[in-house]
Amino acid sequence: MKLTGAQALIKSLEEEAVEVIFGLPGGCILPAYDPLLESTIRHILVRHEQGAGHMAEGYAHVTGRPGVAMVTSGPAATNLVTPLMDAYMDSIPMVAITGQVPTGAIGSDAFQECDTVGITRSVTKHNELVMTAEDLPLAIRQAFHLATTGRPGPVLVDVPKDVLQATMTWEWPSHDDVLASLPGYRPNVKGHPRMIKEAAKLILAAERPLLYVGGGMLKARAADELRALAELTGIHVVTTLMARGVFPDDHPLALGMPGMHGNATAVTAMQKSDLLITLGARFDDRITGRVDSFAPEAKIIHVDIDPAEQGKVRRPDVPIVGDCKYVTGEILKAVRDLLAGGTEAADTGPWKSRISGWREQFPLHYEPSEPGAALKPQFCLEKLRDAAPEGTILTSGVGQHQMWSSQYWNFTEPYTWVNSGGLGTMGFSIPAAIGAKVGRPDRTVWAVDGDGCFQMTAQELVTATVERIPIKVALLNNSYLGMVRQWQEMFYGERYSEVYLSPDTPDYVRWAEAMGCVGIRVESPEEVEPAIEKANSINDRSVVVEFRVDAGEKVFPMVPAGASNDELVLPAAQMPRKSALS
Amino acid sequence: MTPDDVNHHILSVLVQNRPGVLARVAGLFARRGFNIMSLAVAPAEDEGMSRLTIVVDVESTPLEQITKQLFKLIEVVKISELDPRRSVERELLLATVRVTSDDRGQVVELATIFEAKILAVGVDALTVSLEGHPSKVDDFEALLEGYGIVELQRTGRVALPKLDRQSRLRAVKGRTGS
Repeated sequence: MKLTGAQALIKSLEEEAVEVIFGLPGGCILPAYDPLLESTIRHILVRHEQGAGHMAEGYAHVTGRPGVAMVTSGPAATNLVTPLMDAYMDSIPMVAITGQVPTGAIGSDAFQECDTVGITRSVTKHNELVMTAEDLPLAIRQAFHLATTGRPGPVLVDVPKDVLQATMTWEWPSHDDVLASLPGYRPNVKGHPRMIKEAAKLILAAERPLLYVGGGMLKARAADELRALAELTGIHVVTTLMARGVFPDDHPLALGMPGMHGNATAVTAMQKSDLLITLGARFDDRITGRVDSFAPEAKIIHVDIDPAEQGKVRRPDVPIVGDCKYVTGEILKAVRDLLAGGTEAADTGPWKSRISGWREQFPLHYEPSEPGAALKPQFCLEKLRDAAPEGTILTSGVGQHQMWSSQYWNFTEPYTWVNSGGLGTMGFSIPAAIGAKVGRPDRTVWAVDGDGCFQMTAQELVTATVERIPIKVALLNNSYLGMVRQWQEMFYGERYSEVYLSPDTPDYVRWAEAMGCVGIRVESPEEVEPAIEKANSINDRSVVVEFRVDAGEKVFPMVPAGASNDELVLPAAQMPRKSALS
Repeated sequence: MTPDDVNHHILSVLVQNRPGVLARVAGLFARRGFNIMSLAVAPAEDEGMSRLTIVVDVESTPLEQITKQLFKLIEVVKISELDPRRSVERELLLATVRVTSDDRGQVVELATIFEAKILAVGVDALTVSLEGHPSKVDDFEALLEGYGIVELQRTGRVALPKLDRQSRLRAVKGRTGS
């Protein structure tokens, strides 16, 4: 069968079971947009290429399938750099297709030319410039294979215009062809059996064990294995920002989020533990605080599919390179075998009572607003949480609202939390929510956003309206770049430099309405619940609820950057009893 | 430097010979803050493969991290660390040295002692080549400097394991990766 390169590209995407592409056409990618008219693949026309990338990420987050973004060359490719890096940092499977100037023009500074593979080399798991139409099917199969296996990540395929226009003989490569073409790529899935046994022994011998669970457990779809292991051993679980939802927050063993803005119990349990059972987490600086004083008495079991994570930050006592789902299942079996063989677990009773003491004394806390004073953002999020329909997916941007969302939401199901963890990309929330809604149209999707973030990517609400993808936005408007303001207040002597935005410019309600959404402004506590109720009842279009919130509110607890986790700053009301965190 | 003063690691990296692979390797070193002392690239014995001999200094580079990070590059097929004490290392030097009629004989004598070759003779210059262990090449270069080196080109070292039982090629990573 003879096809054009463009037809082969679209057919290859169909073969990979792609159901949706987020994109925006332009000169060099134009040929690929023609066969799209006959394709079963839905295309969502974004308003900015960054939006396409984050939508692909949001889609991948909630479905586990690779998100696909397709854009043209030059400025479109550079606009995709941020989402590619975001996906790389958070290990999101994603395939990006970029147009390129014709092969003969490459290197000539042609119109809309840029060195896309050069620019994106360090923000992708892999990338490839395809020089002939015959190479396209294999390049696409490789891209999906690489994006979704091992440690997932973004892969970019750069396709010159003449390659799209050329004629080729269609041939879909086999899985073996793909493996043969990638001789250096064989992710280790199984983990070392001896190390798995060793891990099981350590788990039963520990007196202060803790399950330290990261986003890798979600990527591996290992929630069931995790729950079984926690329940069998009775070991408490902390879930990092990237892992929220993998273990239900309402489970008695759930301690919630650790780290810079983690709750006091989760942070302290890590610090005082004698065994961190690390599953798909990478000892990020936001978790460890100052590394040399992090969990000083803990032995480390580290399960990760990426060998380079082993020992990168903290030397593990038991390194296990493998798939988190498989390895967690194997550890579970090994623990069962030891128990069946008569091994007795160490007494963790005293540890558990310490943990429950901390939980009792150091719950998340904020001071409710005085009558007539500005709304507290945490209050708005609590109301949003309590009124959220079953199965609601929450996305967030980056900053204070993100931390409050992770703290105050009650995650009971995997794949209901979508945020930018590693890169910290402001403006992530709205496009990610659109992508999530496309992936899970049956779910309510709430995008929590700040006013700084909203102004970076709000234009994608036009996409949501025109493409009929109704999402809901909870805009916590404190008229500041709130997290930066918090640092300036705490660490720069209240010298506020370039953080004040504006409370009423833009007019968010009118802006929302101009984009085809329903806009609602909320200024007082009694308006909060009715506004949320109204937003939840509207399903034929997107809704933006602007909450005018207290600009002075800060995120607590907080471990100052570079400080030890022992130097946790608690809400003022809890500081006097801080010595109880021991 | 004698072969026993080991201040460097030698990584022998087998890669798929594809466009951009060298840029990927170089970019990785730059991004992770590792220094390359020397780098030599040439086609390997297997078709479609190239071998990179990368020499890194011990101090700047945590060997385990660099090999693991290198192995994450999709086109890297195999990485072997060669222990300098159990490897044969070679480097090629080309140098054009300024000579007068008085000292031409001295330079030729030096070349003879080092078993270097005279490649070209000009009115006031000689071009010599020397292939040998990098420390020998260092010594030769230092002696030539006294006469005035006009142009110098060294290839960077290449290496293979010594053929005895102790120096089996030690694969630091097999075919696993992510």
